[in-house]
Amino acid sequence: MDAGVLAQYVFNGVMLGVIYAMVAVGFTLFFGVLDVIQFAHGDVVMAGAFVGLATYLALHALGIAAPAVVVLVVACAAGLGMALLGAIIARWLILPLRAAPAFNTLLVTLMLGSILRELVRLFYPNGSNPQPFPRLLPSASANLGHFTLRLDTTLLIVTGLVTIVIVNLVVRRTRLGLAIRAVAQDSETARVMGIDFERVVLVTFAIGSALAGFAGVVYGLYYNEVNFDIGLLLGVIGFSAAVVGGLGSIYGAILGGFLFAALQTIGSVALPVSSAYSNVFAFAVVIVLMTWKPTGLIAEPASERV
Amino acid sequence: MTGTAASRVAVHSQRTDLVVAAVAVAAIGAWLWAFLATDRVGVLATLLAVAAVAFVLAQRLAPRYRRALTARPRAATSLVVLAVCAVAVALRDQPYPLLMLCTVLLFVVACVGLDIQIGHCGIVNFAGAAFFGTGAYTAAVLAARGVPHIAVIAAGGVVAALVGSLLILPVLRTRGYYAALVTIAFGILFSTFLEVNDALGGPQGLKLHGIDLFGWKFNRDVTLGGTTASFYVNYFVLSLALAVAAFVFARRVERSWLGLAFDAVRLDEIAAATFGIGVARAKIVAFTLGNLLCGIAGAVYAMMQGFIAPNNFTFGESLILVSIVILGGIGNPLGILPAALIIVVVPQKLQFIQEYRFLLYGVLVVLILLFRPEGLLPRRIREYFPGSGA
Repeated sequence: MDAGVLAQYVFNGVMLGVIYAMVAVGFTLFFGVLDVIQFAHGDVVMAGAFVGLATYLALHALGIAAPAVVVLVVACAAGLGMALLGAIIARWLILPLRAAPAFNTLLVTLMLGSILRELVRLFYPNGSNPQPFPRLLPSASANLGHFTLRLDTTLLIVTGLVTIVIVNLVVRRTRLGLAIRAVAQDSETARVMGIDFERVVLVTFAIGSALAGFAGVVYGLYYNEVNFDIGLLLGVIGFSAAVVGGLGSIYGAILGGFLFAALQTIGSVALPVSSAYSNVFAFAVVIVLMTWKPTGLIAEPASERV
Repeated sequence: MTGTAASRVAVHSQRTDLVVAAVAVAAIGAWLWAFLATDRVGVLATLLAVAAVAFVLAQRLAPRYRRALTARPRAATSLVVLAVCAVAVALRDQPYPLLMLCTVLLFVVACVGLDIQIGHCGIVNFAGAAFFGTGAYTAAVLAARGVPHIAVIAAGGVVAALVGSLLILPVLRTRGYYAALVTIAFGILFSTFLEVNDALGGPQGLKLHGIDLFGWKFNRDVTLGGTTASFYVNYFVLSLALAVAAFVFARRVERSWLGLAFDAVRLDEIAAATFGIGVARAKIVAFTLGNLLCGIAGAVYAMMQGFIAPNNFTFGESLILVSIVILGGIGNPLGILPAALIIVVVPQKLQFIQEYRFLLYGVLVVLILLFRPEGLLPRRIREYFPGSGA
């Protein structure tokens, strides 16, 4: 295979990996503090993309056209909106079910996901059809043989990585992050030490969901199209990435995100069958990986309490 | 003296029990008939309100009356079967309500299977529709090759169980969320595979012919004693037989040592293992039995519908199957019937909410899990001696 073509695949795969990693980090943060899976997370990504789109249309109607301003406002609106949504989900759905079996939380959030999906489909104008997402980034590109280095994609990759690094720094280096990690390690001891448990949980959900909102905007800017049903697959992929990497570990989530993107790319390029099988291949490998490492590649450090 | 008086009282109370049960079942039958036959929104709303009130009243009733239905499960079961048959007879010349009734019964079979996995053994299975679809596609492929239909139905179940056995190793090795991921990934893998695979019809799906069991052609109207009934009566007989068999089977399994092992494994794997219960064996048996039932239901469903497509077996459909199990009350097969009726029939009846179907399911399940997490008819504590009133 030509080096340029190969580079192109790797480049596109990295872009996908960044999106998946942004989604997976949210899963892993939520799992860290509450030991729950917020399965509507993929639909929060979708909702973020739609909030971004609606903001863009509003700005457009107001006559604000400066691309830099628009991108910034769109990203902030999606991030803040989803942060709020995440906190609401945590406060009214996840925390009340803390005492219930994990299965119930899983199901409640799965159903919440289909509620979000249906709300967008039914109530967003013409929501059941794919919506065009505006190209807001400079579209300059450089041709290096078969490899086209696009400026907009490069910007998206860099922005995505920077947001993940920022979230990681917040968790590792700030007082808030210390509180989050304390709750993740042992919520009761954390409470004894005077940490406001509920606040930490809400803030964690807000951070993770804001990241999902950004991921939605990145997705929209990359594909230039969003649809109400992108959330299900994104959620399952993000969850797979977080689980394959090892729930509770941010590095695991990033690793898992890039791994899944790599599997999809390999599935569509290197397999002898049609590229339509790439997801079939990727999920089959995920199942095999789960069999090989039942608690993920970077396993949870604590052993099971009886 | 007192002894005979007591036994007389006992006989008397047994008789009233039976009368109470018969009246209750007759009322349920009449309700079911009206529910399936009506087309009007107002009537439907009234019926649902009546059911809700009756349900609340039944919950308040003295345990004495409730016992009427639970003390002799066999009598109660035959009464319910009789009532459902009477409903089918009353609806004999209306194909559409009959088709809905058959669909409900087949969903009941699949959900009883899921209930063995989720409710008894604690194996989360979010790929119910995939196993249902495996049965359906097996039926489509085999029936097109001229395999006798009785074998096709059996093969639907067996192939679903075999496909399920691919997942046994990952399901055994993983727990909790990790195990949920395995079945979710499989469910999505399955429907994506069907979409892109041209040999199985791709997105257009496959066509099937009606069932033909030993010359009994199911797609031919039935003429009996001068009256003609819709051909769905044939499917009704088969689906009802399957549903009853599934119920009896699930009941037997629950009351066996195997069922006890399932409960132990669900409640605490480590404790179960220390008591010498083969955790892996229990899980394998429960998972395989559940998939077998899903596959059989899927095979019959495919031949009844005459057409199947990947759209019928998506992850969303798996969620609907799980919602039925949750709504009915996890672990109690009796709750599955009303839950399946509500979830399958109501959206079909109310064409204008058809569009909002998934939204309403979602809201309904979220509300149930928040406010009545044990479902409509929660599972009771195991009774070792029927009628002991534990």
